[in-house]
Amino acid sequence: MNAQSADNDALAVPSGARALLTVEHLTMRFGGLLAVDDISFAAGDAEITAIIGPNGAGKTTVFNCLTGFYKPSEGRLSLRHDSESGQQPLFYLERMDDYRIADAARVARTFQNIRLFPTMSVLENLMVAQHHALLRASGFTLLGLFGSRRYRRAEKDAIERARYWLDRVQLTEQANISAGSLPYGAQRRLEIARAMCTEPVLLCLDEPAAGLNPRESAELNQLLLRIKEEQEIGILLIEHDMSVVMEISDHIAVLDYGRKISDGTAEFVRNDPAVIRAYLGEEDEEQEEKGEQGREQERPEQEQSESNRP
Amino acid sequence: MGTDGKTPEPPSANPGQSKGQQASDREGALPAADLLQGRLSARQMRDLVKESAFAGLIAFGIFVFISGVRIVDQPGGLGLEYHWSRLVLYVGIVCVGRFLWGLRVRLRRPDHVPQWKAILGRTTARAPQVAKILAGFALVFALLLPLMPFASRYLVDTATTILIYIMLAWGLNIVVGLAGLLDLGYVAFYAVGSYSYALLAYYYDFSFWMCLPLAGLFAASFGVILGFPVLRLRGDYLAIVTLGFGEIIRVVLLNWTELTRGPDGIDSIPRPTFFGLPFTRRPAEGADSFHTFFGLDYSSMQRIIFLYYLILVLALITNLFILRVRKLPLGRAWEALREDEVACRSLGINPTNTKLSAFAIGAMFGGFAGAFFATKQAFVSPESFTFIESAIILAIVVLGGMGSQIGVVVAAVLLIGAFEFLRSLEQYRMEALGAAMVVVMIWRPRGLLAHREPTVLLHHDRALDLGEAIEENDS
Ligand SMILES: Nc1ncnc2c1ncn2[C@@H]1O[C@H](COP(=O)(O)OP(=O)(O)OP(=O)(O)O)[C@@H](O)[C@H]1O
Ligand SMILES: [Mg+2]
Repeated sequence: MNAQSADNDALAVPSGARALLTVEHLTMRFGGLLAVDDISFAAGDAEITAIIGPNGAGKTTVFNCLTGFYKPSEGRLSLRHDSESGQQPLFYLERMDDYRIADAARVARTFQNIRLFPTMSVLENLMVAQHHALLRASGFTLLGLFGSRRYRRAEKDAIERARYWLDRVQLTEQANISAGSLPYGAQRRLEIARAMCTEPVLLCLDEPAAGLNPRESAELNQLLLRIKEEQEIGILLIEHDMSVVMEISDHIAVLDYGRKISDGTAEFVRNDPAVIRAYLGEEDEEQEEKGEQGREQERPEQEQSESNRP
Repeated sequence: MGTDGKTPEPPSANPGQSKGQQASDREGALPAADLLQGRLSARQMRDLVKESAFAGLIAFGIFVFISGVRIVDQPGGLGLEYHWSRLVLYVGIVCVGRFLWGLRVRLRRPDHVPQWKAILGRTTARAPQVAKILAGFALVFALLLPLMPFASRYLVDTATTILIYIMLAWGLNIVVGLAGLLDLGYVAFYAVGSYSYALLAYYYDFSFWMCLPLAGLFAASFGVILGFPVLRLRGDYLAIVTLGFGEIIRVVLLNWTELTRGPDGIDSIPRPTFFGLPFTRRPAEGADSFHTFFGLDYSSMQRIIFLYYLILVLALITNLFILRVRKLPLGRAWEALREDEVACRSLGINPTNTKLSAFAIGAMFGGFAGAFFATKQAFVSPESFTFIESAIILAIVVLGGMGSQIGVVVAAVLLIGAFEFLRSLEQYRMEALGAAMVVVMIWRPRGLLAHREPTVLLHHDRALDLGEAIEENDS
């Protein structure tokens, strides 16, 4: 596949949906290392777009560029809000600071190695996610100090939103305990709930199923599908777990060594010889090996968080 | 804390002797000979002696120049004075102490929980209740203190000093405890506050009440000035830069003689008035002073007590502010920033503004306390703002438990109180402080009363929630 044709494919979403995020010629260099090499793709609105690829393919780096943690060496990342939802509908993410991307462009993300606020309570984690609305309501703290009615109302709303998402990820019972004391799977769900509390238009999930058992994984599928349908937001998903990816993705982009090697529907990618060669393995053997590796890496993390439990 | 009757056999114990040992176990105390023969193998014994000797060697290295050899001023130049007996004593204490400690560790049952740990565990579990009761008690005591029969001038004065430190520690707690930014130069803001008032009063005859907000404002601006260059720094790097900042302020105050009068300091800073009523014995012609207005006899205690209540109010305002701000988005953002800055960014929190606000607000309270200090002493000089002050304030925060309000009070009372108490033992003060810090950090590594209560709770009972909503609307 030459660059030209990849380009033309890239700017359309396979299902024909409106493109929420358009990534064009994204390149990220770390010194001499080309971690992401001229990648272009589009992610549709109200669709789940999966980014898959072997370890070190550059998936997380794409996320970090999208969310402003890295400044891309080259390329354009444009995010187009629904025309009715904002006054400023088009954002060029590569020009924005990370916190502005979350706040103004409304891109939320989770992290491959979970990043919660561990000593704060589960509910507080969700309140921090609603920082901006609350800060404004508290008159940048001045009114809040004197217990203004407006702030109390805003706080109540924020708690209600937090409660809604806690219900959705089945963490309502644990709302008042510290986030760090939750078991691993619950921490992953909490991180998703926290991202959703920012009311994003694009939700980026970095390996949300890592370290989950099959039942939890299935629940995650349901959760993501319902978020997509009910909130009508785009979801960008990095995942090694093929049972998750193949089942819920509307669109899959495959990376290998920083380049995009395939892009299309699950059906298309599954049968794409380039993908089979590079990623799914010649035969079953290699895939098995890959799966083993993935699990091996996750296990220590999981054990650690389990042993943290009192 | 010696071995009790239940001490088990170490695996290496000689089985032939275990019977006799058990017999002696039942009697309670263990004869030393028994300990040394039956319970420790020769190898363990050798290790123990080796460890003690090594500890002794280190102690020798430390104490030889501190206590063993002293430089003294003699006629005809400097000379050396030797205190070998003292050196031997110190090294001996360390050796024996290390030996006994090692013995105890080796004889301990693996699953044995020492009594002090069990007690500590229990108090930790009850920390929130303990803190609440303590806070209530402390508040009532603080309010009534000057009215107590035993409240001498010295006592109220000391209590005022303690309250200054409490206020400073609470202010620093915003930066260190909440926002997690290690600041070793906090005294700089205290100095800025003090000198703001001193200079404005000296050059422009501003009154205390006018200068108090200005001092806070100036200190806050210096907080922002310090904040900008250190935004990207964390942990130890931040600590070093803030330390440097503190020294810069002090050195500038010391050397800018035209403005600050340098090491001479500024004296006869006006005292605060009570709503315009000064605390002078003889008021100006036609004016009232505090005692004439209220028809009291003149007593210098009136001013002391007024200053005490003034700092009490200032400190309580600081405390109230922190209690409230923790429940506001700004306070939560500070804490979130302390926990994970990257996650904060991903949630749209501007780390620059959040950090600067922590620096500025922390500095502001330092500035208020500084203005109070200037008016209490009626004299400021750069000597009051050395690094050791920053260290003491930080020690109070760390000892009390980062982020714990009442812990700070306990730590300030203990530390500053101990300083006063140990005043007669001038040369051992710092040693005692160091030892106390080490002990507390071993026993309670997170501080005396470290405990974090969530700032917002989810009430599972929706009916209760509704009731609260009604109540809130009524009020
Ligand atoms: N900050 C960085 N500095 C230098 N190299 C980096 C940096 N971040 C990522 N890389 C490199 O870029 C490449 C892609 O890394 P990335 O984390 O994006 O892979 P990934 O696809 O997410 O892999 P995984 O499945 O293991 O998470 C790797 O070779 C990695 O070492
Ligand atoms: Mg990754």
